[in-house]
Amino acid sequence: MVKEVEEKREVTIVFAGDSGDGIQLTGTQFTNTNALFGNDISTFPNYPAEIRAPQGTVAGVSGFQLKFGSVEVATPGDSCDVLVAMNAAAFKVNFPRLKKHGTVILNTDGFNARNLKLAGYEESPIEDHSLDDYRTIQIDVTKMTRTALVDSGMGKKEIDRSRNMFVLGFLYYMYNRDLRGTEEFIKQKFAGKKDLIDANIRVLKAGYHFGDTSETFTSRYNVKAAQLKAGEYRSIMGNQATALGLIAASQKSGLDLFYGSYPITPASDILHELAKHKNFGVKTFQAEDEIAAICSIIGASFGGKLGVTASSGPGIALKGEAMGLGMILELPMVVINVQRGGPSTGLPTKTEQADLLQAVYGRNGEAPMPVIAAKSPSDCFQAAYEACQIAIEHMTPVILLSDGYIANGSEPWNFPHPKDLKKIKPKMASGDATYLPYKRDENLVRDWAIPGQKGKEHRIGGLEKEDETGNVSYDPENHEKMVKIRAEKINKIADSLPAAAIDHGKEKGDVLVIGWGSTFGVIKTAVNQCCDEGISVGHVHLRHIHPMPHNLAELIKNFKHVIIPEMNSGQLSKLIREKFLVNAEGINKIQGVPFSTQEIVDAIKNRRL
Amino acid sequence: MPLKTGGFSMSTETAEEVTLKPKDFATDQDVRWCPGCGDYSILKQVQSIMPSLGKDKEDIVFISGIGCSSRFPYYMDTYGMHSIHGRATAIASGLKISRPELSVWIITGDGDSLSIGGNHLIHMMRRNFDVNVLLFNNEIYGLTKGQYSPTSPEGKITKSTPIGSIDHPFNPLKLCMGADSTFIARTMDRDPKHQREILLRGSQHVGTSMIEIYQNCNVFNDGAFEVYTNKQTKEDETLYLEQGKPLIFGKEKDQGIKLDGSNPTVVSLSDVSEDELWVHDEHDKFKAQLLTTFFDNPADENHLPRPFGVFYSEDRFRYEEAAQAQTEEATEKKGKGDLEVLLRGKNVWKVGD
Repeated sequence: MVKEVEEKREVTIVFAGDSGDGIQLTGTQFTNTNALFGNDISTFPNYPAEIRAPQGTVAGVSGFQLKFGSVEVATPGDSCDVLVAMNAAAFKVNFPRLKKHGTVILNTDGFNARNLKLAGYEESPIEDHSLDDYRTIQIDVTKMTRTALVDSGMGKKEIDRSRNMFVLGFLYYMYNRDLRGTEEFIKQKFAGKKDLIDANIRVLKAGYHFGDTSETFTSRYNVKAAQLKAGEYRSIMGNQATALGLIAASQKSGLDLFYGSYPITPASDILHELAKHKNFGVKTFQAEDEIAAICSIIGASFGGKLGVTASSGPGIALKGEAMGLGMILELPMVVINVQRGGPSTGLPTKTEQADLLQAVYGRNGEAPMPVIAAKSPSDCFQAAYEACQIAIEHMTPVILLSDGYIANGSEPWNFPHPKDLKKIKPKMASGDATYLPYKRDENLVRDWAIPGQKGKEHRIGGLEKEDETGNVSYDPENHEKMVKIRAEKINKIADSLPAAAIDHGKEKGDVLVIGWGSTFGVIKTAVNQCCDEGISVGHVHLRHIHPMPHNLAELIKNFKHVIIPEMNSGQLSKLIREKFLVNAEGINKIQGVPFSTQEIVDAIKNRRL
Repeated sequence: MPLKTGGFSMSTETAEEVTLKPKDFATDQDVRWCPGCGDYSILKQVQSIMPSLGKDKEDIVFISGIGCSSRFPYYMDTYGMHSIHGRATAIASGLKISRPELSVWIITGDGDSLSIGGNHLIHMMRRNFDVNVLLFNNEIYGLTKGQYSPTSPEGKITKSTPIGSIDHPFNPLKLCMGADSTFIARTMDRDPKHQREILLRGSQHVGTSMIEIYQNCNVFNDGAFEVYTNKQTKEDETLYLEQGKPLIFGKEKDQGIKLDGSNPTVVSLSDVSEDELWVHDEHDKFKAQLLTTFFDNPADENHLPRPFGVFYSEDRFRYEEAAQAQTEEATEKKGKGDLEVLLRGKNVWKVGD
């Protein structure tokens, strides 16, 4: 039947089901297809910490939210237009996110008596009028899938595993998208298993055709390609971008990448990605623990390589002592913290920005390290690249902060050409002069001599060292001097940083919103929205948290109020207040989920009053 | 200055090997161990075998953790790092993976490697990096001024155990067997000749060479190994292992070890002929395991003598070589990485013209 096509500027969809339902895969495929089509897009996977939490329960719900549009999309959306729920529990968890009059696509098989009971419903929400104000599309996905594969010779359990493909096909029809990308993906994923390829493609097409032939809805939607900056794009996830940034820095600096890490959510995907690229001279080492991971990179850096480790809060805590060693040795290395909800084990699969003070201060003694933060999934590339550059050119460990939200989120990326990336120049010791390991240049940076360099044999260690020679020294004045030199060396990095600039909104006015990390998209959207409403507000987003850009004080002076939204209790606020003696006001959310645009908009409006 | 970062082959620059002397490995730093410390003897022997490595000074690295012994790298004119407590093994692992051609030496003590750094030690051994570990065992915490260590015997009176230790001690070499170490040996500070021999053997082994060195702390635990060094007792209490030779010991060389099923028993050579004795074979894993259990308290009646020498050696693949092979294999299969191709990925779309 012919259906009307309705134009939409942007659509937010939430896919939700059991953690074994293939929700993340479905969401990723839908994302990739829309990205390839040319939409701007932002995603937010949300899954439980348990690999297979009890089936059908609220605890086991896995979700994938994405927003795609013909206009700029900087967040995965506050609430959704469409909710796809594979069972009652998935519906229960995500229904509050659905906009009034939104569309809900239900797998009716997931709402049987057993599922309702597991989800804690006494009466089915399909029948109790809770959906009266919504558009409901009910499909028995299980039955449809089994029917499509009735003569496949496959078992029920196997057949049911491809149910997600039915839903995906249905949505492709609804949003007028091509199936080919996903067909290719299926062929690659099940390469050599013809039965599975045929079955999945058949179910995908069955879903598509069901949309075409059924009368469940009368219109299709069209979301045109977005007008992004001209250029070539690909879709990328944050952790993947981080890995590529590290490889790029390795290639551009001529230093082989050595990556030592211990598995931890949500950082492990960096290890998985890097392990695929050994042909770039990358060596990955899955160490026995977090301490060994960072110590292995200290060894690699001592040997002249680019040592990098990544973890999340609890692992970073374990690495603290070794970071101090890396700092006092003054060897280049990068320590990545893909933050998650804390404290302790906290919320491993949820996001938070609560390790900022740990990054800036969390070591014994005075052990300053540069701290830089990535602001979006694709920006992880640039942030990782910069972290390596600072580490190598300033001979210091650098902390790079990411978080679960951007690590697992994805967006289109206008990828750079290698020739456009800045050069990275290692400070290798050269010449025949006597090598003094702690002799410094004008930026207080020492030369790097590595094993194999004749005549430059030297010993370094964690004990306080005499200026220039590096010999062990307990001299009181030398110690004070060295503590100050090490601090000053890090502060001097600010000399080579680009000036901070207003990212969006007004250059001066009533409210300045200062952000860092993954809140970039939501602050940007909120500030733009406020500006459209005539509010005088500007947004500056900090890449460099330690040291901060020199001109930040000037920017702050141009506004009456400063507000700082953070997914913590006010950590950047504390740093800004201390450094600039301004009445910075924290807007704080500590729920393991990102801010909504509305929350930031409200905060800006409240402050202006 | 050319950098040598290449493969595994031995250096071809043999000219300098010949000219290097033990004293070339001494630094200008004052050695600051207590007078009479066993560490002096070890430093001397290590320096004495360095020229025989066939390596230039710049291709040798000493890494230590924390403890008295860990000052060692400051006294060796090679590359070196005095790191943090227990982590020398982990640091050396990263160095060895990234620079397999270097000769890497780990200097550690019983507290450093068996207590705070126990985890890294066992994982390093199972991975079998080609490194040399010198475990200075003095059965005490010396640097922190005299607390019991994981190798201190039960009942040991120390500052932290005023009425005796209730910790059951580690048997270090048995632990190493358990962690699948490929070279296990024991020597002592007061037998320089034997020490030198074992250090040489260890340096020649390709894989993790684990050498436990009984080292006397004359300040906090003087005489811990007296029974193995004192003229009166040492020949009856020590059993020197020699490949292919029967296990014979005693002042008069009149005692031997016989394997009775899987039970080692001390026999008198006046009752049993040499042919019936246990013959040492360092490639026999089962026998090496038994040998590491020769760990009796010398005060016990019918105790077994304490073995010294190479307990076990085995040729097994090294982690760093396998890692290098994977890199080469990946490069052969996919070609040398092209950054431009990597950044583009597989699904690119164009916006605008």
